[in-house]
Amino acid sequence: MAKLPLEGIRITEISVVWAGPFATQLLADWGAEVIRVESIHHFTYITRGIIIRPPKEMVNARKTWLMGYPNWDPGERPWNCYPVFQAHARNKLSCTMDLTQPKGIELFNRLVKDSDIVLENNATETMDKLGLTYEALRKVKPDIIMIRMPGYGSTGPYKNYRALGANLDESCGHTWLRCYRGMDPASATYILASDASAGACGAFAALAALRYRNRTGKGQLIDIAQVETFMPYLAGATMDYTMNERVQTTPGNRHPSMAPHGCYRCQGEDRWVVIAVSCDEEWQGLCRAMDNPDWAKDNRFADAFSRKRNEDELDRLIEEWTSQHDHYAVMFVLQKEGVPAGAVLDDRDAYNDPHLKDRGFFQEITHPDCGTHLYPGIMWKMSKTPNAIRTPPCCLGEHNEYVYKEILGISDDEYTMLEKEGHIGTEPAPGVL
Amino acid sequence: MAEQALSDIKVLDVTWYVAGPYCTKLLADYGADVIKIERPEEGDPSRRMGPFFRDDPHPEKSALFQHLNTNKSGITLNLKAEAGRKIFKELVRNVDILVENFSPPVMPSLGLDYETLERLNPRLVMVSISNFGQTGPYRDFKATDMVEYALGGPMFSTGIPEREPLKLYDHVIEYQAGVCAAVASMVALYGSDLRGSGEHIDISIMETQAAGIDRTPTMRISYQYTGDVNQRLPVGWAFASGVFPCKDGYVDIMGSAIFFPKMVQMLGMPELLEHPRFSNFIEQAKPEVAEEFLTILLPWLQERTKQEVWEAAQSVQMLSAPIYTPEDLLKDPHYNERDFWVDIDHPVTGRVKYPGAPFKMLETPWQIMKPAPLLGQHNQDVFGKLGYPKGDLVKLREQGVI
Repeated sequence: MAKLPLEGIRITEISVVWAGPFATQLLADWGAEVIRVESIHHFTYITRGIIIRPPKEMVNARKTWLMGYPNWDPGERPWNCYPVFQAHARNKLSCTMDLTQPKGIELFNRLVKDSDIVLENNATETMDKLGLTYEALRKVKPDIIMIRMPGYGSTGPYKNYRALGANLDESCGHTWLRCYRGMDPASATYILASDASAGACGAFAALAALRYRNRTGKGQLIDIAQVETFMPYLAGATMDYTMNERVQTTPGNRHPSMAPHGCYRCQGEDRWVVIAVSCDEEWQGLCRAMDNPDWAKDNRFADAFSRKRNEDELDRLIEEWTSQHDHYAVMFVLQKEGVPAGAVLDDRDAYNDPHLKDRGFFQEITHPDCGTHLYPGIMWKMSKTPNAIRTPPCCLGEHNEYVYKEILGISDDEYTMLEKEGHIGTEPAPGVL
Repeated sequence: MAEQALSDIKVLDVTWYVAGPYCTKLLADYGADVIKIERPEEGDPSRRMGPFFRDDPHPEKSALFQHLNTNKSGITLNLKAEAGRKIFKELVRNVDILVENFSPPVMPSLGLDYETLERLNPRLVMVSISNFGQTGPYRDFKATDMVEYALGGPMFSTGIPEREPLKLYDHVIEYQAGVCAAVASMVALYGSDLRGSGEHIDISIMETQAAGIDRTPTMRISYQYTGDVNQRLPVGWAFASGVFPCKDGYVDIMGSAIFFPKMVQMLGMPELLEHPRFSNFIEQAKPEVAEEFLTILLPWLQERTKQEVWEAAQSVQMLSAPIYTPEDLLKDPHYNERDFWVDIDHPVTGRVKYPGAPFKMLETPWQIMKPAPLLGQHNQDVFGKLGYPKGDLVKLREQGVI
């Protein structure tokens, strides 16, 4: 395989859940060496599990993706089999260190000395209490790039507030704007879109800072408030407020001007298609796809303005048609007629989808504790650099030998001592939740 | 003004709508020199998309366009005219990155495919953003933000079981694709600098969702592991957790499993720690136990505002957040203290508050040097630098090239 563009860049991370890990996933996928510094004593909620050794009854009482262990069985090493973790941890290395001991900090600093970037996404005070601030790290390595990405950033009244992506979706204003019309926001489902925005911004920030460092020799601190990475996406609502003093409410699946614009039931159980018609040409395409029913010639639907005004009735009539057909069939016939439409894919559909298959999106990986499965692949393609997932999601402490012996130059005797002192291990310490 | 991280990068931008322009906005806001090309007369279609300043649908008053195009120089160029393509090729010679988000057949049909442009500028990083990528059976399919969420993202599991799947707000999928494209641009540029040769990047908006980090990949992996398809979940499915009404709106609170002791502390009801059902993780997973606990939680929330609940929860380090409206956001003390909102002065609308930096680089700050360009505002500057005297600009204008 061709040399990957980011080979030679080393990133040390103390990252949890998704936002930080997604930033480094994007960089690891393209060749950066990403070392996860973990601990066998402390596990952050939803990183390698809701709790680290969940009983089988707990997993089976509520079967959701938050508990999706192989065959709904947490097995002997659930911390190596947690889907939330497996989603980002390919192509990365894992080592363990107990940062609550002075020796752990000393080891961490030695690793920093050999790194280009340190990235973390803990609550602000967590790193401060460990003494792992930018001021401290730059004494160890003057041109270090440190990326801190707590939920609300490293300054301001909420700097220590705890949050998951779902909470940030709420406090950034998104949840308010994406519930069903006429229903309360509880129906909107926890989504975690700010993990994606913060992660991608973290990767972008890392590459921008590297460019500046390579040009000037200077490192820097980057302060990312995860919530603020998503807020620009909502400019349509916030600028409607700053320009027009309007407080937008949720459009549900509708659009301010387009109609039809919605999600319609199809044949089969829980099958759906989305359709978005933006102009008369697309409306005519929709009519052709439906075999030009008489109702579509009605004055109520003759132009875009009328269609928008009679949207309830329009939606009902369209759903009468879609519900007689397979969701993929509706998408194909509409796209053939030039109408934006998409089947709403569930997990099965995604793995069978002809387009993702044609683009080779899913990739088979064998993991030592989970077996062989298909995983979502690399996000984009580059013409001169074919790419694929190189190593499976990292097991806890899997790369301790490499990190301690090859990078830090620790002797075999010292390694054994560090195992005894609780730094090095591949299993959570007894009694840890 | 402080030096910016990307001030040594030159970008040619032939993007429209949202995904492409947000990619180049990120590059521009952190220092890159971005020249945005629009079609003569009409310009970027986002100029005709709302909201508009004072609800006046004028092409220089679109909030969407103005937000997405800060710090860019704007020129007009008709790529369908031979003279327009000639100027385009002259511009390509002098840039590091070219970003386009037309449907895949467009650039090749104009004779502006990567192979041709690479010959003019061997180190060129060309970023092509499209709905479904440059190859594959859906290549020429049409899409909107909702269509991308349905096909690439976790729309199927967004919403409640009794209702249809629910989309996200407005253009958020396209914005996210724009950030991913900005990351890809920087990755490719890093490689191109080392290697001395460029690269063509194929960004499929569908795949920025399918490979992004919201629930999609986790659900896909969970399905591979368990064989069970992830569904939309009913409201109130989780113990002591969810979005609940309070005195002045809605607030989210997460008090199950390891957080239950914090919940008890917040409520000031230590006796609940001894409760046979509430304090047992396995019991907590049962719907009837979750429902039973609400008889304690809901009245407590009804007496408090969303801000009060949020503060009480955070004081015991419990996960919680208010359901903010756009008005709450603009008034929030934290975002204001961090100077998130910025005033930008625009020649047509005057000063307006915009969303500001998505992240802060302390040594090389995010800066607004100029507002979004008026249509063709920088024609004279840019074409002048290429050596076209003013007289030529008049001819090009008359010929419909600029």
